[in-house]
Amino acid sequence: MSDLKKIKDEFLTKLKGKLNLSEINQMKSDLFGKNGLVSSQFKKIGSITETERKKFASDLNIIKDELQNLIETKINEIQNTEINEKLEKEKIDITLPERSFVRGKIHPVSQTIDEISSIFSEIGFSVEEGPDVENEYNNFTALNTPDNHPARDMHDTFYLDEKKEKLLRTHTSPVQIRTMLKDKPPFKIIAPGRTYRSDSDQTHAPMFHQVEGLHIDKDINMGHLKGCLNYFIKEFFEVDKIKMRFRPSHFPFTEPSAEVDIGFEIKDGKIVIGEGDQWLEILGCGMVHPNVLKNVKVDPTKYQGYAFGIGIDRLAMLKYGINDLRAFFECDYRWLNHFGFDPLDVPTNYRGLSR
Amino acid sequence: MKITFEWLKDHLNTNFKEEKLLEQLTNIGLEVESVENLSKDLDLFKVAKIIKTEKHPNADRLKVCEVDIGGKELKKVVCGASNAREGLITIYAPPGAIVPKTKTRLVIAKIRDVTSYGMLCSESELNLSDESDGIIELSSSKYAKNVGKSYFPKSNSNLIDLSITPNRPDCLGVRGIARDLAASGFGKLKYLKDKKISSKLKPNLKVKINKEKGQGCTVFGSCLITNVKNTESPKWLKDKIVSIGQKPISAIVDITNYVMLDINRPLHAYDADKIEKGIIVRNSKPGEEFTALDNKNYKLEKGMCVISDNKGVLGLGGIIGGTRSGTEFDTKNILLESAYFEPRSIRNAAKKLNIDTDAKFRFERGIDPLSIEDGLNKAAFLIKEICGGSISKVDIQKVENFKVTNIKFDPTLFEQISGFKISTKEMLKILEDLGFQYKKEKKYFKLSVPSWRPDISQEIDIIEELVRISGYDKIKTINPIKERNKSTLNQTQKLFHFLQRSVASKGYLEAITWSFTDSNYNEHFKGSNKVIKIVNPISSELDVLRNSIFSNLIMYMGKNLDRGFKDLSIFEIGPIFTGSNPGQQNTLVCGLSAGKKSRLSWIEKERNVDVFDVKRDVVQTLVEAGYNSDSFFIDREVPNYYHPGKSGRLFLNKEKDHVAAYFGEIHPNILKKIDLKTDSLIGFEIFLDNLKLSKKTLNDQKKKFHVSDYQKSERDFAFIVDKNINSQDLINAVSSVDHNLISNIKVFDVYEGENIPENQKSIAINLTIQSLDKTLNESDLEKINKLIIQTVENKTGAKIRS
Repeated sequence: MSDLKKIKDEFLTKLKGKLNLSEINQMKSDLFGKNGLVSSQFKKIGSITETERKKFASDLNIIKDELQNLIETKINEIQNTEINEKLEKEKIDITLPERSFVRGKIHPVSQTIDEISSIFSEIGFSVEEGPDVENEYNNFTALNTPDNHPARDMHDTFYLDEKKEKLLRTHTSPVQIRTMLKDKPPFKIIAPGRTYRSDSDQTHAPMFHQVEGLHIDKDINMGHLKGCLNYFIKEFFEVDKIKMRFRPSHFPFTEPSAEVDIGFEIKDGKIVIGEGDQWLEILGCGMVHPNVLKNVKVDPTKYQGYAFGIGIDRLAMLKYGINDLRAFFECDYRWLNHFGFDPLDVPTNYRGLSR
Repeated sequence: MKITFEWLKDHLNTNFKEEKLLEQLTNIGLEVESVENLSKDLDLFKVAKIIKTEKHPNADRLKVCEVDIGGKELKKVVCGASNAREGLITIYAPPGAIVPKTKTRLVIAKIRDVTSYGMLCSESELNLSDESDGIIELSSSKYAKNVGKSYFPKSNSNLIDLSITPNRPDCLGVRGIARDLAASGFGKLKYLKDKKISSKLKPNLKVKINKEKGQGCTVFGSCLITNVKNTESPKWLKDKIVSIGQKPISAIVDITNYVMLDINRPLHAYDADKIEKGIIVRNSKPGEEFTALDNKNYKLEKGMCVISDNKGVLGLGGIIGGTRSGTEFDTKNILLESAYFEPRSIRNAAKKLNIDTDAKFRFERGIDPLSIEDGLNKAAFLIKEICGGSISKVDIQKVENFKVTNIKFDPTLFEQISGFKISTKEMLKILEDLGFQYKKEKKYFKLSVPSWRPDISQEIDIIEELVRISGYDKIKTINPIKERNKSTLNQTQKLFHFLQRSVASKGYLEAITWSFTDSNYNEHFKGSNKVIKIVNPISSELDVLRNSIFSNLIMYMGKNLDRGFKDLSIFEIGPIFTGSNPGQQNTLVCGLSAGKKSRLSWIEKERNVDVFDVKRDVVQTLVEAGYNSDSFFIDREVPNYYHPGKSGRLFLNKEKDHVAAYFGEIHPNILKKIDLKTDSLIGFEIFLDNLKLSKKTLNDQKKKFHVSDYQKSERDFAFIVDKNINSQDLINAVSSVDHNLISNIKVFDVYEGENIPENQKSIAINLTIQSLDKTLNESDLEKINKLIIQTVENKTGAKIRS
């Protein structure tokens, strides 16, 4: 009996000390090896009297389990320490830069077009397109702007032939003509795209973007026009209230015609849309002129409706605080990066237009 | 159109304030562009007396003047005028004043070490005349008492600049604006009873309008005023002219200007003594010449409307007069012209000769044909009053009579268009105020349009007038219904948006560049396209429509490289042009990538961007857009702006019906020619219009989900092939063995050199063999192996590398 206790005490003391893996393995074989101290005790079992044998065996097993557990724990401890030491050595400077990634951007004009399409989509407009090169008829004559009309002076036109029959469209309005010639009423379309005028300074570029709107049906009146634009402006600028002013103007292809101003103020050098007592012109619109409807074989006594034209670049400038129109087209890497949008940032109705 | 409230009040009785006026003008469609307070600035200009002059110590031509401006102290002013002398009464401008001519603000300045407090002014500096020689000399008898007082009369009227739309010639006269305002409830239009000329004196100049085809003049009214003495205008007239920012010239010129500005009735005054015999209004003959009042010599084309005499052209009717018959201060006898010229004729001639004058601007918009006599009456009496002389009988030559426009108007149309209601009574009141006459005819009204409104010809024009004058704020807001009956975008438009964002997501910045380009750049990239010139380009660097997006992209890439950026990718999606007819354009996605990958990276090895980078971008984009890369086919037929060896053409399928994309290195010669310095420049073009659109949605195109869980095995093969054999051919050969069994074919090594015969290369591929029906056993696999080797060897001439 004292043997067992002696073994136990001896090894318990040993196990408390500092050991390495081979020492502990040695200990393991000293105890549980073929001729190990514990193994030899087991061999004794047969020679012990029957009355004592049960107790002896039980005590021996307890000691065996105890020592075995202790040794396993110790081995785990040592292994853990070793792994930890190894991992500690593998430590790197995790603040070093990640592998490089590239990030593209969407041009603010493209983003704005998507925003506009998303808003008009909600109220049932679909998108139409037309060519950049137009004939004089679609760009002017069909739009009730006959040759020698002074209104043509308002558009400095780029021509592609001496006879001035082919030109770069000066507005997106010829898409109205193409759409109405192609299909039958009702019409409810927007047409975003490139437009061209021979004009260049801080606020004018020889190429810019417009979105045309056209809604023709049996009973569309100026109230619908006002409602549609009011809705659009509010949605676009993502404000609840907007100060908007319709004021009479003149375009040959609409009558009555209006220009629309929105209220703004300058706060801390930044333009704030919707408040303030200054006005900013943002679009032209009106009821489609009966002459235009006649030109596209739509009966003006049966159908009527409105059209509008909005400068997209101008809207983008206002919404995103861009000062210089020409910078849109100068392709400066820094500018594109600064004002561009993440390609995953797709404007949608349900998510909201901008983040 | 510039007006002042003061001038408006000549025609309008109103109690409203100017603030309300500005609002009202804009509300009725006469947009206020700007409001300038001229008198506030002019108040600073004082009558002053030079007390003492001394030569400037450091400049021979300058004088240092001590000037009395009414205060206790004299002001020291450095002046260069030779007429600056002691005792002279002149006009002094203090520091802070804005010089009307140059619009510059004066400051206290040191002029050659002598400090000058303000300036003594010449007439030209104050826009009083063109006289710039010396400072103004005011008569001491008149002005001695006024020293220290403002020279310009105090006026509370601001200069209001209106933007008049081209349909409203009547509002190019103050009276027209007053009429519109009165109709809108802003006061009452004054009734002006002009005196009528009732002379018995017969003019001794005969006027004749030639009856010929395309005659641009239909009425020519005139009267002769004899024995006048042209002089400076009286103060009231000068003030009027100055109040709207113009310069007084002489009484006769100022009077004709005044009548034009007041009632939009352009007039022309001839020196009658310089007219040979009589006036003939006729079409010009080709090559005829004359010198106009702008001192330019014009050579006329056939058929322009000229006013001529026996000797030749006197002036272009309604556009510009000639120097030969112009009035001067010594003019004694005047022929006053008041005519009607056809807008179309005016516009044609002015456009051809590139002349823009105030008269032309008005006539081309349409002058009131019934204002001829009013104009003559008004101007002739003023001339007589100011310059003396006697007025002759009025002579009116006519080749066409004015016809009143009548419109049948249905009052119910108003609400139908505007969406709001006003009573018929209100409508008629507005129309009457605007000068319409009406007659009730059953449910309708027969309206006679006033002669000064050439813009009104149909019912919708009447609606416009009524909505405009009632006020656009009366239009109700009808909220739109959120309902969609048609999809917003069609398939092509969806693809456009998809490709745009797909390419951007691969690290390309989207650019938008002009649709036109520099022909020198275009030349490199036009390929087989025709050059499309712009007849009137904005600059010689933007003189053609682009045949390719590369020309602009490369130019801007160069600019960015010059800014010091080395590794960039940019792209544009937009049109290129193949002809000058509408529709001869294609939509392309065009991208450029320059420089290196992993430049200055601590972790990755840097390398130049290469053709396989853009090939990945192109293929990945197309795959993302829904096209199957297994069917892609690539060959080497590319436009000449690509590196002939490192570029390719991609088709969506082996039938090669449409080019889906080009990609490759930009030809080194081009980089050399345009002097673009970068490590590497690779580009691609995806042809949106050539991408076949499936009628089915992407979802419907997908096959049933079917995968195999039977054991798969991977195999490697290395083939030795002729150097010219493409890996594509090899892969196609392998894949043709059995589509169902063989998948994931990968090229993992390409090798030339040691151990490989010359002109040959080794291509190593890895592939997966897996059956949908069973686990393949060794002999099955062995069979397939053999078949692969056999097929590849047969189809490509390759040899398996043992």
